[in-house]
Amino acid sequence: MADKIGNVWVFIEQEGGKIADVSLELVSKGKELAERLGVKTEAVLLGNNVESCCSTLFEYGCDTVYLAEDPRLEPFTVLPFAKVIMDLIRTYNPNILLFGATMKGRELAPRVASEKLAGLTADCTDLKIEDFDDKVNGKYYTDKLMQIRPAFGGNIIATIVNTWDDPQMVTVREGVMKMGTPEAGRTGEIIKVDVALTAEETVVKVIERIREEKSVDLKGARIIVAGGYGVGSKENFKLIHDLAKALGGEVGASRAAVDAGWINHDHQVGQTGVTVRPNLYIACGISGSIQHCAGMSDSKKIIAINTDPNAPIFSVAHYGIVGDLNQIIPMMIKAYKAKA
Amino acid sequence: MACKIIVFVKQVPDTKNVTGQAMKEDGTVNRAALPAIFNPEDLNALELALQLKERYNGYVVVATMGLPSAAGVLRSALSRGADEAILLTDRALGGADTLATSFALSRCAKKIGNFDLILCGRQAIDGDTAQVGPQIAEKLALPQISYVEEVLELGDGKIRAKRAIEGGYEILESPTPALLTVIDSNDPRPQHARLLMKFKRAKTPSEIKAEGGDDAAIEAAKAKGLLIGEWAAADFIPADEMDRVGKKGSPTNVKQIQSVILTAKDYKKVEPTADGVAGLIHELIADHTLG
Repeated sequence: MADKIGNVWVFIEQEGGKIADVSLELVSKGKELAERLGVKTEAVLLGNNVESCCSTLFEYGCDTVYLAEDPRLEPFTVLPFAKVIMDLIRTYNPNILLFGATMKGRELAPRVASEKLAGLTADCTDLKIEDFDDKVNGKYYTDKLMQIRPAFGGNIIATIVNTWDDPQMVTVREGVMKMGTPEAGRTGEIIKVDVALTAEETVVKVIERIREEKSVDLKGARIIVAGGYGVGSKENFKLIHDLAKALGGEVGASRAAVDAGWINHDHQVGQTGVTVRPNLYIACGISGSIQHCAGMSDSKKIIAINTDPNAPIFSVAHYGIVGDLNQIIPMMIKAYKAKA
Repeated sequence: MACKIIVFVKQVPDTKNVTGQAMKEDGTVNRAALPAIFNPEDLNALELALQLKERYNGYVVVATMGLPSAAGVLRSALSRGADEAILLTDRALGGADTLATSFALSRCAKKIGNFDLILCGRQAIDGDTAQVGPQIAEKLALPQISYVEEVLELGDGKIRAKRAIEGGYEILESPTPALLTVIDSNDPRPQHARLLMKFKRAKTPSEIKAEGGDDAAIEAAKAKGLLIGEWAAADFIPADEMDRVGKKGSPTNVKQIQSVILTAKDYKKVEPTADGVAGLIHELIADHTLG
């Protein structure tokens, strides 16, 4: 083990110079871990013409930004990103490296971990620093990263520890760590990185790229009205939209409703969608699979509407209405309009 | 153009359809009660491989690492049209995390050799990590294309594929051999009735021996194309790399496992009537949950 432990790194995801929310969430969490360990919080930022992101990263708590700029790093592709990050790891030996569990993060992090021969825990929902007493091998490790994640379809929560050489690498689910408040004017150091790429890392070419911003921001919503398979049809999903509109909320959905094609994936709440914690979550015709509940059970108030009194959604709800959403939703709209 | 495609598949407990029967009284899941199934996205990977086989006169090898009972998913793959099946089973391979698993599978691919593509499902529903595919690619120094929906072109040493990205899609071109992870984007074909009749009798050497068969029976099965390959660790992992598989090759340790129990909160039953609903809305306005 090195004499001095390395810093906490966060891989910064950006699209066209706009930093992904999850990266700022991880900077906030990374800062907390770094303060606990007495080390620095550092960002790894790759792209082309992205230096303007640095000031935001400093304001959210980064002490250092490793900035790698090159036309070959835009748009994102796995091989050159993995090469640049590997080179940085070899030079600076970070203690911890955090990635967002996004589509990019989940294809990049394993490539890097595999080359580094580092452990990697996917889709963490919590991280903390604790000692690890490895009784099996009779070893005691101080200040290790506890990597907490749901497994087995969300039916269990596992705490994983990586005992090989640093960095301890994880991907972290979007929306589960709280984004801190930026400190205006806070600055740090930019370390410009030489981008050393060979032909080998640039063999994959992007021929075409079509992308749209997400059509809905569920993470920031105060009120979410979500529909599940019990809504019954695409046409009937209008009821969900109507209630959301009446209450000033956004529309969410269970995976079953998304898979049925009634609404697009941007609206999906749950383990394979977004994690949300609004003030009010109204689950309409959602049975409440553990995967769905994992993404919404921290909501302040949960109303469940379902015809099946035994639906598991009722066990996470504060208010349960056993009944037909086709009747209940219009009653809610009417009652709200009358009172408000 | 002929092409050779390796598909890595996994037999998994059906974690997505946890029914009441699999729930224990304390609200946790009885994992042993869950049926073992073909990992869903691995079926998408196999389907894509079979489509490429039909388009390009290909040869599809399906391999899985697991317990001897994982031969079940290999029979299922043969009954869908795979040409060859290999079971990697050995205590030495057990207890592997994704790094050790991908190392073992990379050595399996090396031994199979001479392939154009490796296809994997994006992720398995027991761990949901999506790590093994990219890690196999790295171990073999192959380019990877993740989240593939469709292969547009394959040939002349390159592949063009459409893959999902956040909020859209990309068309990527890569030299082959390459590794692709496949998402739920096609309709996996069912087992073919005639092939099912044939391959339900396909067995590994261990299964044949367990039924009292001898070497001659194994040879006979092989001659009929009904032998599922069975490799122990020493058959495909070089001796000096044995410490990179199984528990020994795994940097991660499970410190603790907790079952998730859906906790009951302060729960209020609301009557499904206009009065009941109005009372609820009133309460939510009063406590400022609703504006």
